[in-house]
Amino acid sequence: MGTIHRISGPVVTAVGMSGAKMYDVVKVGDAGLIGEIIRLNGDSAFIQVYEDTSGIRPGEPVENTGRALSVELGPGLLKSIMDGIARPLEKLEEKSGSFIGRGVTVNTLERKTKWDFEATAKKGESVKGGDVLGTVQETDTIVHRIMVPPKVSGKIDSIKSGKFAVDEVVAIIKDGGNEHEVMLMQKWEVKRRRPFAEKMPPTVLLMTGQRVVDTFFPIAKGGTACIPGPFGSGKTVTQQALAKWSDAQIVVYIGCGERGNEMTEVLTEFPHLEDPRTKKPLMERTVLIANTSNMPVAAREASIYTGVTIAEYYRDMGYDVALMADSTSRWAEAMREIGGRLEEMPGEEGYPAYLGRRLAEFYERAGRVVCLGADKRQGSITIIGAVSPPGGDISEPVSQNTLRVTKAFLALDAPLAYRRHFPAIHWLRSYSLYLESLKEWYGKEAAQDFVSNRNDAMKLLQNEAELQEVVQLVGADALPDTEQAVLGTARMLREDFLQQSAYVDYDMYTPILKQYFMLKTILYLHNKVTDTIKAGVPYKEIIKRQKMFEKIARMKEIAINEKMEGAFTQVHKDIDDEMAELRRGA
Amino acid sequence: MRMIKEYQTVDQVSGPLLFVKDVPNSAFNELVEIILPNGERVKGQVLDTSKGLAVVQIFGQTTGIDVPTTRVRFLGETMRLGVSEDMLGRVFNGLGEPRDNGPAVVAEDKIDIIGQAINPYSRALPSDFIQTGVSVIDGMNTLVRGQKLPIFSGAGLPHNELAVQIARQATVPGQESAFAVVFAAMGITFEEAHFFMKSFEKSGALDRTVLFLNLADDPSVERIITPRMALTTAEYLAFEKDMHVLVILTDMTNYAEALREIASARNEVPGRRGYPGYMYTDLSTIYERAGMIKGRKGSVTQFPILTMPGDDKTHPIPDLTGYITEGQLILDRGLHRKGIYPPFDVLQSLSRLMNLGIGKGKTREDHRGVADQLYAAYAEGKDLRALSAVVGEEALSERDKKYLKFADEYEKKFIQQGLDQNRPIEETLSIAWDLLSGVPEIELKRVKKEFIEKYKPAKVDARA
Repeated sequence: MGTIHRISGPVVTAVGMSGAKMYDVVKVGDAGLIGEIIRLNGDSAFIQVYEDTSGIRPGEPVENTGRALSVELGPGLLKSIMDGIARPLEKLEEKSGSFIGRGVTVNTLERKTKWDFEATAKKGESVKGGDVLGTVQETDTIVHRIMVPPKVSGKIDSIKSGKFAVDEVVAIIKDGGNEHEVMLMQKWEVKRRRPFAEKMPPTVLLMTGQRVVDTFFPIAKGGTACIPGPFGSGKTVTQQALAKWSDAQIVVYIGCGERGNEMTEVLTEFPHLEDPRTKKPLMERTVLIANTSNMPVAAREASIYTGVTIAEYYRDMGYDVALMADSTSRWAEAMREIGGRLEEMPGEEGYPAYLGRRLAEFYERAGRVVCLGADKRQGSITIIGAVSPPGGDISEPVSQNTLRVTKAFLALDAPLAYRRHFPAIHWLRSYSLYLESLKEWYGKEAAQDFVSNRNDAMKLLQNEAELQEVVQLVGADALPDTEQAVLGTARMLREDFLQQSAYVDYDMYTPILKQYFMLKTILYLHNKVTDTIKAGVPYKEIIKRQKMFEKIARMKEIAINEKMEGAFTQVHKDIDDEMAELRRGA
Repeated sequence: MRMIKEYQTVDQVSGPLLFVKDVPNSAFNELVEIILPNGERVKGQVLDTSKGLAVVQIFGQTTGIDVPTTRVRFLGETMRLGVSEDMLGRVFNGLGEPRDNGPAVVAEDKIDIIGQAINPYSRALPSDFIQTGVSVIDGMNTLVRGQKLPIFSGAGLPHNELAVQIARQATVPGQESAFAVVFAAMGITFEEAHFFMKSFEKSGALDRTVLFLNLADDPSVERIITPRMALTTAEYLAFEKDMHVLVILTDMTNYAEALREIASARNEVPGRRGYPGYMYTDLSTIYERAGMIKGRKGSVTQFPILTMPGDDKTHPIPDLTGYITEGQLILDRGLHRKGIYPPFDVLQSLSRLMNLGIGKGKTREDHRGVADQLYAAYAEGKDLRALSAVVGEEALSERDKKYLKFADEYEKKFIQQGLDQNRPIEETLSIAWDLLSGVPEIELKRVKKEFIEKYKPAKVDARA
């Protein structure tokens, strides 16, 4: 037990803390505020406090719990919303009302709920860390696998099926003289990554239903992506669209230092939105972590770790997990704020010198892995982090350090957002390094010419950018017909393919096959137009065929069912007919 | 109740900070009263405390403070504001003391002004459409109850007129309910404050208004407290007294300046342009105090006004604000020079909560599509304006000329409106459709086909 010596905002210095370890969780002051030790100096400790420190005085006690910040992992995480240190917000409301009070301790997992545990392992079996002992149906869609905690191994001495609370013992594992009690719940320190057997390169697409992402700048399962953009460019809308439609089985959404109303929107919307694959509410597979901007800054720093630890836990069960962090810049700012209070020597722009290392450590917790456990099941974590660069200028430290460790870069662009081109992902500035490793997947799951079509479309868009420079000087009419056709096709690509509304029912989600057909059709038209021009028909005549272009514009509305391919074939036919007619006229 | 302790151990005075030694245990954020040698009293607050030393931030003049005889009283509590419904119609200074020679307010409750964060789980999703009668706002950047939507302006632009117009015209169609305006002035001039008061008086809203005035010549450090006083009052009126409260905070730039002043007095490591690294967090503790709460009737809607230094949107003050607020309304000097009021930079303005407040049953089913189409068409028109400046209008195609015309008409008919003109949403949408009928129909890709058939005027308007 130590005593407080100094208070400066969220940082408290305590003396008489001998025996304390780094990252131990402490209770600060008479109010029992939760904090974490972040620096030791002799017997004094520097503590970052996860709650507002107003009214706390020097001389008040500090109690060391002796444990690092941990999170409870077990059934009941899904469908919940918690703050940065994993306190369920619903429970906080019960205890302190509509405004978050101080010094409130609540368990992450509800103790009263009884879960139906079905043992799959048997007495006498030898097990080690990661082996599955049994299952609990956590939500309609997700089976929660109860695993042997990573460091435990031995013979199962007893195991029973039945109804249990998370803190009741379901199995006992004997290891020589040691006895380990296994409960439905285990605890894990958030700042340590959970172990796995082996990491593998990502070769499977994380389908997001967003055309610009899946076709142009894909993210692989187990990969990392960053979404930087100035305010108002649609970071949050993009993150939410990915959280809604990506084909991960589990989604962990971290609202890190963002808006309260936005979290409310997610909370209101997700229970009503249907997962296009399972037809169940999206909430059934979602864990929300909300540490809004005005909630204590130290807890914001913790929220990222809490989120990724929960993601790792579901990965360990063999699930594909998508983790959205919105926004990592606020996380970095929390580090900067705490670093400043500790009077650390700052690095670039006041950020601590260890910013790059922390970001890298976080993104490296992504990956496709062979999990621990005899069945060698596979799981993955895909991390998609939003970055909010000041003034939209990505030369700042957070963006730059993030770019070094992420493989897909979805550059949000303010001018695109101003003209309501959404998602405002700039096709010339974004990139994905996963294209090559996903080539085989595209060939198998979509079509052999998927990647070559994509590359052709990219070339047209690049070509457009070059031609635009000429147009700025001489006007479009001065260009030769074939080049005008390039401009026309590029516009179709932008307006009829890249643009996608997050609010219109038929457009918010496009499966990969439909993406393929849409892109192929635009390219088909482009080739036909070019041929027709070469056959002597002026471009001016071609663009008079408005109906044909309108069909392209309405491709988005084609229903996703068994008739889809036929509908696209019909569009191709219509294009053929129009072109034949034009040639006859010429 | 903790005992009040008095010390005469001032060690150092530096800018707005007072270092008091031999203080065993003052609380963090504790309220302090400083008694000057001449008997004058000023308030302060503990910024940093350790055994033996307290750093106090002084609200008010440091003139007259000396080291040997100045006395410092630690009041044993954090700063609180006595609130009551009787505050309506009253004028207070930046620290919440009456400024109108009226009697002291008999407090119904004393509330900590720092305010705790609303539990995101307890928030109700804002979704009530507020009709402001301003076409650009209602039609394209719709405001909803519980939103925080700042005006990014520049020196000399008519943001005050606009704020007053919105405060006067804002209604939720089909609902009459108790409303109130809480107005917090930070470092604005007497003239500006007078303009607001006169305008509230003229529209009869003054007795529904609480004013907190910290004028340009009042102590700048007080500005740290002023918005918190205002928001504490607003939350009380909204969540205890069921009122719909519109909070106008002006000018947030002065607030941020005061924040920087204190940070530099404390020798803190500065972030961008000398503003403290925690400015984002600090601003969020103001802006996030907007919203609605499940099970309570009232709401707090915020209209912060800030002037962008050098009209630069990437300056830290507008930049950090934009990352916290739910959109922004940006005023444009170019349009203002053309004589267009309100001079909105439409393409850069945004309301993030718009979708929650529009559509069938709220405004009209075609609203989203029409707004998107206006954005796209105006953006195209503005691009072409730049192009035609280079190549000449003659070199443009027929299609391009239509867009050029659209952009001009849009500014004159849709953006432009009178200071007293209150346009219902139907009128705003019908102006929009008139304008859109000048655009080739095949390019109306943002609007559902059925809505085009339903709402597009049969012929191109004769006036167009």
